[in-house]
Amino acid sequence: MISASVVTSAEAPVLLSIRRDDFMMEKTLQKILDEKKEHEGNTITILQGIEKEFGYIPEEAIAWFSKKLDIPASRFYGTATFYSQFHLKPRGKNIIAVCRGTACHVKGSETLLNRILIELDIPPHEETSPDMKFTVEQVNCVGACGIAPVTLLNNTVLGNATMVKLAGEFKKLKSSE
Amino acid sequence: MITLKINGKKISVGESSTVLDAARRLDIPIPTLCHHPELSPFGGCRLCLVEIKGHPRPVASCSTLAREGMDVITSSTRLEQLRKTTLELLLSDHPQDCMVCERAGDCTLQELAYFYGIRENRFTGAQRPRGKRDDNPFISRDMEKCILCGQCVRVCDEVQGVGAIDFAYRGMTTKITPAFERDLDCEFCGQCVAVCPTGALSGKMWARKGRQNFDEVDTVCPYCGCGCTITLHVRRNAVVRVSSRIDTFHEGCLCAKGRFGYGFIQSPDRLTRPLIRIAPKDNSHFSHDHINQSLRSFLKGPRGGTADSSVNPQASALFKEVSWEEALDYAGSRLKEIEERYGPDCIGGLSSARCTNEENYLFQKFMRAVIGTNNVDHCARY
Amino acid sequence: MNREIIIKVCTGTSGVASGGEEVLATFRNIIASAGLEASSAERCSAEQSGCRGFCKKDVIVDVIINGEKTTYMHVKPDMAPKIFEEHIMRGVPVAEWITDREYHEFRDKQTKVVLSACGEIDQEDIHAYRSIGGYEATHKAVLSMTPEEIISVVRQSNLRGRGGGGFPTGLKWELCSRFISDTKYVICNGNESDPGAFMDTSIMEGNPHSVIEGMIICAKAIGSNQGYIYTKAEYALTVRRLQKAIRQCYEMGFLGKNIFGSECNFDLRVFQGAGAFVCGEATALMRSIEGKRGMPSSKMWRTAESGLWNRPTVLNNVETFANIPKIIANGAKWFRNLGTERSGGTKVFSLSGRVKNTGLIEVPMGTTLREIIFDIGGGIEGGKIFKGVHIGGPTGGCIPAELLDTEVDYESLAQAGSMMGSGGMVVLDEGNCIVDTAKFFVSISQAESCGKCTPCRIGTKRMLEILERITNGSGRDGDSALLEELGQHIRATSLCGLGMTAPNPVLSTLRYFRDEYEQHISKKRCPAAVCRALITYAILGDICTGCGACKRVCPADAIRGTKKKPHHIDAGICIKCGTCFDVCKFKAVTKS
Repeated sequence: MISASVVTSAEAPVLLSIRRDDFMMEKTLQKILDEKKEHEGNTITILQGIEKEFGYIPEEAIAWFSKKLDIPASRFYGTATFYSQFHLKPRGKNIIAVCRGTACHVKGSETLLNRILIELDIPPHEETSPDMKFTVEQVNCVGACGIAPVTLLNNTVLGNATMVKLAGEFKKLKSSE
Repeated sequence: MITLKINGKKISVGESSTVLDAARRLDIPIPTLCHHPELSPFGGCRLCLVEIKGHPRPVASCSTLAREGMDVITSSTRLEQLRKTTLELLLSDHPQDCMVCERAGDCTLQELAYFYGIRENRFTGAQRPRGKRDDNPFISRDMEKCILCGQCVRVCDEVQGVGAIDFAYRGMTTKITPAFERDLDCEFCGQCVAVCPTGALSGKMWARKGRQNFDEVDTVCPYCGCGCTITLHVRRNAVVRVSSRIDTFHEGCLCAKGRFGYGFIQSPDRLTRPLIRIAPKDNSHFSHDHINQSLRSFLKGPRGGTADSSVNPQASALFKEVSWEEALDYAGSRLKEIEERYGPDCIGGLSSARCTNEENYLFQKFMRAVIGTNNVDHCARY
Repeated sequence: MNREIIIKVCTGTSGVASGGEEVLATFRNIIASAGLEASSAERCSAEQSGCRGFCKKDVIVDVIINGEKTTYMHVKPDMAPKIFEEHIMRGVPVAEWITDREYHEFRDKQTKVVLSACGEIDQEDIHAYRSIGGYEATHKAVLSMTPEEIISVVRQSNLRGRGGGGFPTGLKWELCSRFISDTKYVICNGNESDPGAFMDTSIMEGNPHSVIEGMIICAKAIGSNQGYIYTKAEYALTVRRLQKAIRQCYEMGFLGKNIFGSECNFDLRVFQGAGAFVCGEATALMRSIEGKRGMPSSKMWRTAESGLWNRPTVLNNVETFANIPKIIANGAKWFRNLGTERSGGTKVFSLSGRVKNTGLIEVPMGTTLREIIFDIGGGIEGGKIFKGVHIGGPTGGCIPAELLDTEVDYESLAQAGSMMGSGGMVVLDEGNCIVDTAKFFVSISQAESCGKCTPCRIGTKRMLEILERITNGSGRDGDSALLEELGQHIRATSLCGLGMTAPNPVLSTLRYFRDEYEQHISKKRCPAAVCRALITYAILGDICTGCGACKRVCPADAIRGTKKKPHHIDAGICIKCGTCFDVCKFKAVTKS
């Protein structure tokens, strides 16, 4: 059984704010392993499975897979930190992604991003609001340049984004629980 | 066999040789930082670039296979300028710590900066933040000095088969670290330290013990039957560091005991002079603890061994320091007495696994041929 | 009556974002509730189709009655009833919603080969693809051509890698076919990450079967039985469409064992990348499929000899594969003649920036930039002056006005200091600062550098720092020369294509717009008034009404003035945020 790891080093980047029952976690991880084995899995596909299931990559998940597959944990960590898709900290309920492609940049995506961060009360140098409702990030070009600037609200593309439109959407998301 | 030309000289090499291998065979110097003959090629430092006729750009000789008929130039004005600029870039992201760095004088980066005359750097800018201190007991990891050559990662993975560390993050924030940036928690064999070309990795016990004026003494590691060849770095009669040459049968690889377990040499608990017990055989003085205690307080005199009866009157009552002649005479005559009186099998000999084979051979020869008994064993057996 | 009525609705990424799916659903509801099919035995259907390339006119809808097509633009669900009533029922198209001159300007000069089916067929229906000849080329290749014959056709067609490298495709296949191995791989590089580029995505979404066909034919040519399509995980729609297409192929026996009953076996899977621009590089992509960090490998062996899992591998771009079926079907000569002497066929570009008609276009190789920007693109928006066109994404270069007659071709673009890249074209006008543009592109390359080799990891960061200080007003004498030398160094010594081409935006702009750099450095001026630190905001005394709107919003309290009297900005305090410029209704605030 995996027990929640004790954070020994003050600067460890993992925040275990999502508590999970050890047994449930093991079941979930085994499910991911079985799925991936069936489809020629590798470190990346396993990490994708973990990210999909937990919303981020918990340290215990890596420890479990590392032991099961006899692959050093440092390799999992190295792979997880290389790719933008994987996150080491838990994320907010709603993911707001601002496209930073050329066309969007030219149409003021930078200013839009700053206004969004203020609107959602996200502290400086952070991505997630303290109430864990929103995470704001920048993403590479979405490929909808004709309707720049583009913002993604939980994977739904919103073109010709303005602060007014977004404020309305945020209100809806805040109220729906 | 493949024949190629390097700087006008012809050489024939085996099928899977690299251009760098071939140049080394001809003793042509090409600077490298990320290359290691025992590890897979990396090609990241970009110092080993050479010009090959027909190739539009310089190529990394460490990761280019030698092909029949190649015409290679390893040094030209352009190549040297490229190497110098690469070094400038590396140094622009490196703390200017040579004054107090443990590796000064033994650092490949420093040596190359010297050869390329890099006094001033045209490129200054943001550097990686000073990494956190790693609290593991043996290896000091100053990641801001790391040039990301990856040798430590490769040796840990390919040679040791452990994979305790790996590259993490990306681009300018790349760092070599254990998973989740925890403290290093591995076998501490120190292979990573041995291959590191800069001061990023070094032994914690080596700190502040000196960087120059060592005597280097080759000897055999006392710990186990492998008998690895180690080099003791001795300064002012103390061993301050242990290393191992790459041309040994174990290719310079050691374990934590061989590399970091030399503290016992200077341990204050060690006997340094022969002692003969003089106290009467009274039972109350015979307990193991009592003897050990007395021995310790005896040895706690200045320089760990010289008896000072004014300090430890009780200790000196139990032991007296003698010369080797006297000690050997005493041991020899007493053993002879006991053997004559009770027979050779009443004597047993216990040697140490830390002795060399030769020493242990002598010891058992002494027991069997001189004393005349087969009662001989050593500490590792029980 | 007995008409055949087909309504096609664009559901590419932009189309969906503009409401394409709702429009489609609305039409379907109307058709169903009108009971058209039941009452008059007319065939009427509403289908989805892929991206046509002119996304700003979304949602685009075709109404085709007995083969006669009318195209509507900017369609919203509430417009559907009117279109249905007036056009379909009464035969009178709704004139005010029909495509305008711009639409035709955009479309007419293009030559659609790869994109010919995008926007015309239901991209999720393999039968729609077959109805326009799909999989006939595969049938031919698998059953009646030898590998050598296939390779010969591809070689003679002059098809070159559309990912930007421009390596002759047929040659690559031939090299790989020569190596003997029980396992060989075919990989399609769908990791299109250039900002502003959505060519490959449109092909994968709009006509996924063309890509699959190309890969099967390649597999036959080189002797492979396993393939991967590497896509970005972010493109959920693309992944879905590809997976559906692959499923359909397996069902029809076009993938798997004994394709078309032949001895060819080929398994195909979609591999979702995890977010790294550098994984567009061939060896990095392969490391990624192996589950590792996407750090490019030094090329000890060509990937055709030792690639994925150290086996012979052919890696080609999406567009390259999408061209293959037509080449096999129509022959090498047809394709070769479409292009220039050294490059056959067409190229898909994404046109964006300050040009009127932005979107996806396809033109024959050899078309001039002038034709693309001013004919198809409709010229510069707002009548401004053309400054340059940046081709090839963050690793491409900028081409100035004097070279507008450059033909689009691998060699001519490289000679001009740019590169074909994957085909992203960003048009710049006098309102764009060239230094700021170069800085933007370098920042992308720098952020995406994998960190393995010194020149790219540290060099691009230093380049970016120099550019930042130039645009911040702290440029030093000699910075241009330093940038140039550093750029040349990075280009010469980097391990992979990303590093080699990362300095291109800087080197090309230094070549053609050095004066603009010098203005930033020595005169601390930004001619385009884009670099914030170099802009001076001032109020025109004779226009200012003294309303005080600017004074109220100024965060630094830098504006002085009394009511109804002209106001004045204290340049020493002004932080150049531009808020006063934004709020002034009288255009009394100037930027220079």
